[in-house]
Amino acid sequence: MSALSEVLRRDLVLAWREGGTVGVALGFYLIVVTMLPLGLGPDLKLLSRIAPGVLWVALLLAALLSLGRLFETDLEDGSLEVMATGPVPLEAVAAAKSLAHWLTTGLPLAVLAPILGLLLNLEPDAYAVLVATMLAGTPAISFIGAIGAALTVRTRRGGLLLALLMLPLFVPTLIFGISAIGAALTSSDAFGPSFLILSAISLASVALAPLAAAAALRLQLQ
Amino acid sequence: MRSGVGEALMKLIADMLSSVRGGRAVFSKLSFEVAGGEALLLTGPNGSGKTTLIRTIAGLLRPAAGQVRLEGGHPEHSLGEECHYVGHLNGVKSTLSVEENAKFWNRFLDGAHEAVETALATFGLSALRDIPAGYLSAGQKRRLGLARVLLARRPIWLLDEPTVSLDEASQAMVAGAVDAHVAAGGMVIAATHVPLGFGKSRELRLGGQAMAA
Repeated sequence: MSALSEVLRRDLVLAWREGGTVGVALGFYLIVVTMLPLGLGPDLKLLSRIAPGVLWVALLLAALLSLGRLFETDLEDGSLEVMATGPVPLEAVAAAKSLAHWLTTGLPLAVLAPILGLLLNLEPDAYAVLVATMLAGTPAISFIGAIGAALTVRTRRGGLLLALLMLPLFVPTLIFGISAIGAALTSSDAFGPSFLILSAISLASVALAPLAAAAALRLQLQ
Repeated sequence: MRSGVGEALMKLIADMLSSVRGGRAVFSKLSFEVAGGEALLLTGPNGSGKTTLIRTIAGLLRPAAGQVRLEGGHPEHSLGEECHYVGHLNGVKSTLSVEENAKFWNRFLDGAHEAVETALATFGLSALRDIPAGYLSAGQKRRLGLARVLLARRPIWLLDEPTVSLDEASQAMVAGAVDAHVAAGGMVIAATHVPLGFGKSRELRLGGQAMAA
C-alpha cells in the first residue's frame, strides 16, 4: 500500500514540477471553448443550448492530450521495467498512475468548466449539475484512457492513434453526462438514472481498466 | 524487508532455455546454474543474447522454451521479486533530486530506511543529494541507477553492462558493492564486454552459434 501512495505522490510531484502537461490541457480547453462562440456568432440562445455538449466534448479532447504521456516517460527512463519486476502488481501501479492523471487533469478541467460556461451563456441552473456530472464522469476518462496509453506507449506519435482508439470508448460517458444535465434542466425524472449510470461507468472503469492497462504494458515490455 | 540468511543455499537454475526474438533464435538450449555467493559474467559479441538472457531471468521476457527457476528462495516471491534488474536505462527522473529518486525506489521496493544513506554513500552520491538528477553527468546517473541494488535487500542482482560511462573510481565502487554482496551470500549475474574487476567470478560465453550463422 505504501508503495502505491509513493507512485501516486511521485506522479503528483512530477506533474507539479514539470507543469507542462497540466498547463497545456487547461490552456487547450480554454482556447477551444473560447473560439467556438467566435465561430458560431453571437446567438445567445444557440450557445446556451449547446454549452453543456461543447464543454463535455472539449474536456474529452483536452484530457486526451496528456493521456499519451501517462506511461511513456516511465518507459523511456526505465522506471517501468523496474516497476514490472517489483513487489507491487503492475495493475496497482497502473491504477495509481491513472488516479494521478485524474487528480492532475480531470479534476482541474471539471473545476474550470463552470468558468468557461460563462463564455457560452450556460443556464444558471446548469452550473452545479455540470460540475457534478464532470466530477462523476472524468475518472472513467483517466482510467479507460490508461488502456489506450498503455497500448500506444511504444508507438511514435501515438497521440492520434490514442484518440482514435479511445474516443469511441468515451461515448457512454459523454452520452450519460449530457443526458443527466439535460434531464436536470428540463426537471424530468431522468436525472437520477443517468447520473447513477454515469457513476457506475466510472466505478467499473476504476475497478477493471487497470487490469487491461497492465496486460497491455506487459505486452509492450516483451 | 528481507534478511540474507539462507541465501547461500539458494540456487538459480536455467534449464534448456531458448529465446526467439523477431523470428531469430538468440540462444537455444542454454543450461547453467548459479549458487548463492557466486558472480557470473555473461560475455559474448553484440547480439549474442546477453540482454535477452538477463531480461528473461528478470521475468520481463518469456522464454520460447525451457525455464528459469530459483531453489531455496522465499516461497511467496516470484523470481522477479528476488531480483534487482538494472538495465541500460537508469530509472531516474530528471526533475527529482538524487535523494528523492533514491527515496522513491527505497519505498517502492520496500527497503529499510537506512538503506538510502548506505546506497548514496557507497556509490559516492552523498554530496550530490540535493541536485536534480537532470544535472548529473552520464556516469553519475549510471551510479544513481546502480545504487538501486542497495536500496532494498534482494538476493539476485542482474546487471546489464553496469560500468558503461563509469570512470575507474566508479567502476571500483561497483566492484566493491558486488564483492560485498557475493561475500554475504548473494548472487550477481552481469553482462559485459569489459573486465569488471569483481573479486571472483565465473564466465559464461554466449553466441558461439550466432557468430557461425
